[in-house]
Amino acid sequence: MVLCTLAYGQVQKGDVLIKNGTVITITNGTLENTDVLVRDGKITRIGKGLRTPRGVEEVDATGKFVMPGIIDAHSHIAGSSINEGTSQVTAEVSMEDVVNPLDVAIYRALAGGVTSIHLMHGSANVIGGQNETMKLRYGTMNPDVLRFEGAPRTIKFALGENPTRGGRSRGIQPQSRMGVENMIRNSFTEAIAYKKRWDAYKANKSARKVAPEYDLRMQTLVDIMAGEVLVHCHSYRADEIYMLLKVFADFNIPTLTFQHANEAYKVAPELAEFGASASVFADWWAYKLEVYYSTAYNAAILTKNGVLTSINSDSGELIRHLFHEAAKTQKYGDLSDNEALALITLNPAKQLGIDKRVGSLETGKDGDIAIFDKHPLSVYAVPQMTFVDGVKYFDINNDKADQRIFINPESSIEEVMIFDAHDQHRCMEGANVLSLEELFQNKK
Amino acid sequence: MRKLKASLIACLLALVPLLTLAQEDDQVMKARSGKFALTNAKIYTVTNGVIENGTIIISDGIIQAVGANVDIPADAEVFDYKGKEIYPGMIDGGTTLGLAEIGSISEANDFREFGELTPQMQALTAVNPNSVSIPVTRVSGVTTVWTMPRGGVLPGTAASINLFGYTPDQMFAGSKGVVMNFPSTASGRRFRRLSAEEKEKRRKKALKTVNDAWDKAELYAKLDTDEVRNYPEIEALVPVVKNELMLFIEVNAAKDIVSAIEWIQDRGYEKVVFTGVSEGWRVADKIAEAGIPVITGPVQAIPTRQSDNYNSAYANPGVMSEAGVKVALRTMDSENVRNLPYHAGFAAAYGMGREEALKAITINAAEILGVSDQIGSIEVGKKANIFVSTGDPFETSTKITDLFIDGYKVPMTSRQIRLYDEFLNRTPSLDKKKSGIDIKKK
Repeated sequence: MVLCTLAYGQVQKGDVLIKNGTVITITNGTLENTDVLVRDGKITRIGKGLRTPRGVEEVDATGKFVMPGIIDAHSHIAGSSINEGTSQVTAEVSMEDVVNPLDVAIYRALAGGVTSIHLMHGSANVIGGQNETMKLRYGTMNPDVLRFEGAPRTIKFALGENPTRGGRSRGIQPQSRMGVENMIRNSFTEAIAYKKRWDAYKANKSARKVAPEYDLRMQTLVDIMAGEVLVHCHSYRADEIYMLLKVFADFNIPTLTFQHANEAYKVAPELAEFGASASVFADWWAYKLEVYYSTAYNAAILTKNGVLTSINSDSGELIRHLFHEAAKTQKYGDLSDNEALALITLNPAKQLGIDKRVGSLETGKDGDIAIFDKHPLSVYAVPQMTFVDGVKYFDINNDKADQRIFINPESSIEEVMIFDAHDQHRCMEGANVLSLEELFQNKK
Repeated sequence: MRKLKASLIACLLALVPLLTLAQEDDQVMKARSGKFALTNAKIYTVTNGVIENGTIIISDGIIQAVGANVDIPADAEVFDYKGKEIYPGMIDGGTTLGLAEIGSISEANDFREFGELTPQMQALTAVNPNSVSIPVTRVSGVTTVWTMPRGGVLPGTAASINLFGYTPDQMFAGSKGVVMNFPSTASGRRFRRLSAEEKEKRRKKALKTVNDAWDKAELYAKLDTDEVRNYPEIEALVPVVKNELMLFIEVNAAKDIVSAIEWIQDRGYEKVVFTGVSEGWRVADKIAEAGIPVITGPVQAIPTRQSDNYNSAYANPGVMSEAGVKVALRTMDSENVRNLPYHAGFAAAYGMGREEALKAITINAAEILGVSDQIGSIEVGKKANIFVSTGDPFETSTKITDLFIDGYKVPMTSRQIRLYDEFLNRTPSLDKKKSGIDIKKK
């Protein structure tokens, strides 16, 4: 039924009363035997013994745990392509043009309690394309339905091995971390000149004057400096993280999130001072040299040093159990339940600039909610239901195996694909590389 | 010249106390052996139930006694584990641990040799006892892994290793097996671009390589002569033909599992294990009927088919176990073998149950890998591969507090822990004068 209504581009809003659960609000403690009422897609009341309004579906959450829908600040599911690697600066392209609403990975993420993702451009170039913040309204053929309406624009930057490898394979800059810095500084400087040309033209318009050439790439960089586009930068090593802090300080850009950031823990005081944030893996490491000196205590060190931190998946597999990934910060660094769960809810919401809408259970926020049978930080927790805007997109009691929306008529026999954890990252997918062999190495 | 030498020596001598101090500062932690009494713990023996308040005596690397009423020898060093739980060390049934150090750097990976037919390649030879991943893994309670060569049709001979020791032989846990990748109808990402015809062509070619090799090995096994030959790739298969060595067949797609069962029944080899077995749940009854044990995983995996239920990989071990297949688990990882208990936890939550899942990474794994006479449970006479925890080791927040491998009390440290200690409260912390990141607020 969801399928039909969404097929025509209308974003559906739902009504539901989730009764008598343990409600983990994130911002206002954990409330026992509490109800959450969602009307027309928004949380309207949180309290005990709420009356069920007429026509509103009731969900009995007795003995269950109700939490904000999980937000993945780094994902490549539902992306039909990932890298525009033809130039080291491609700020003009956007993932919004390559959203694939048919990807069954969306349903599988919902079945892991995820309600929003940040569909990111890859890391092949220094300044990559713009990303797309999405809500997992699965069941539509229309990519626009998945857009997180009103979410700020964001863009991908990348430091270190990936962009320098591209430089080496093509014999161009950058081939070192020096070159990466230079390329970012040059790009911003060029954009300032571009803005000056336009400002001069606008300040003194006359019929005889010809407008400067419009350049979407430059305009996007101008928008970054104006704070209208949030930068999410692929990075690993402490030195390159520190470098970008200095560059952003010099160009007066106050908001910055480091993605992956395996060595962010080494410069945690500097990140905190700047007010930059980090979106990290729970425990992935050693897949390449720049993540060899990692520690699974990264998220805990950052959190305890006052750095806004989230845990992301960057993987169609991991995204299905981000609640478990967050729990690892209790083993590695003793984070509290609330600190651990904030890593996959409120904190990524802040990093994406959508925390007024999602990331906690509060009156007035969106009805994006996940229900678990046990505490979501338990390894035995099984997601039961997932709601986006009060609409139920996953229900374990009503879960048929085949959730594909579209079946390729050309493939008579369905392909059997054997999972390999080391093939998970798509950050370098589609990037120009020297050989097929290279494509399958060093992907992350 | 002589003067210079003398002053150099004087200098060095002056440095001696400094060097010693430096070492103390660094706190080089060494493993130690001895006579140990582990007391007051809840002991999960796996094979003989749970002892609520029990004692384990370890000496000469062996479990000498275990039970609720055990006399503590006067000369034993006593560890009071009140409120803690003790388990046999976890065993991962499939890894490249010790063979792979840094994923993207080919020079740091030694699990793949050139050629399709290289069963004589010994994983044990290439195990790096000083791999940074080894302490990272063992402090999570995994004490033994099956480390295996990959790639090709018959990529080599795998080995069981304990995660402590300074040479491969010190680490060797006592069993080996030939690895075979059964010719596959399935896809990995690597071959995504191949057409169905190309894939089938590859599969047939691989099957021919397999059958030619085993035909030769069977012929070779019949020759009764001391004559020296040099045909190592075939000689490496002969012990399998003679049922003296295990054969580990990597097979995943349902169709291939059925073919592999037929293949093995035709060949008649007796010591056979299926590994991978991603679609085992589709043909669980057939695997059970054939009586072939299985090492499956990773459990945290994406279903093999787009049309499959989202949780089919989580549920796979439980379905096979329920059907009567003997199941062990694996991570198929190198640097994150430490997540083995979580793979088991997911298997437990999705149908296998906690008890079976615990067996799958202890006694079942030990039996399947042919080392259950030595490890896999807490029993008198077995090797002291043991960990102590704050609770259920599958639970994510549980901490492993103590570790014994081969009877050695192994320090609970790793590079990742040392980095935490160093950087949690970094010194010097932020130097505002030199921060270099002053942002001019607009």
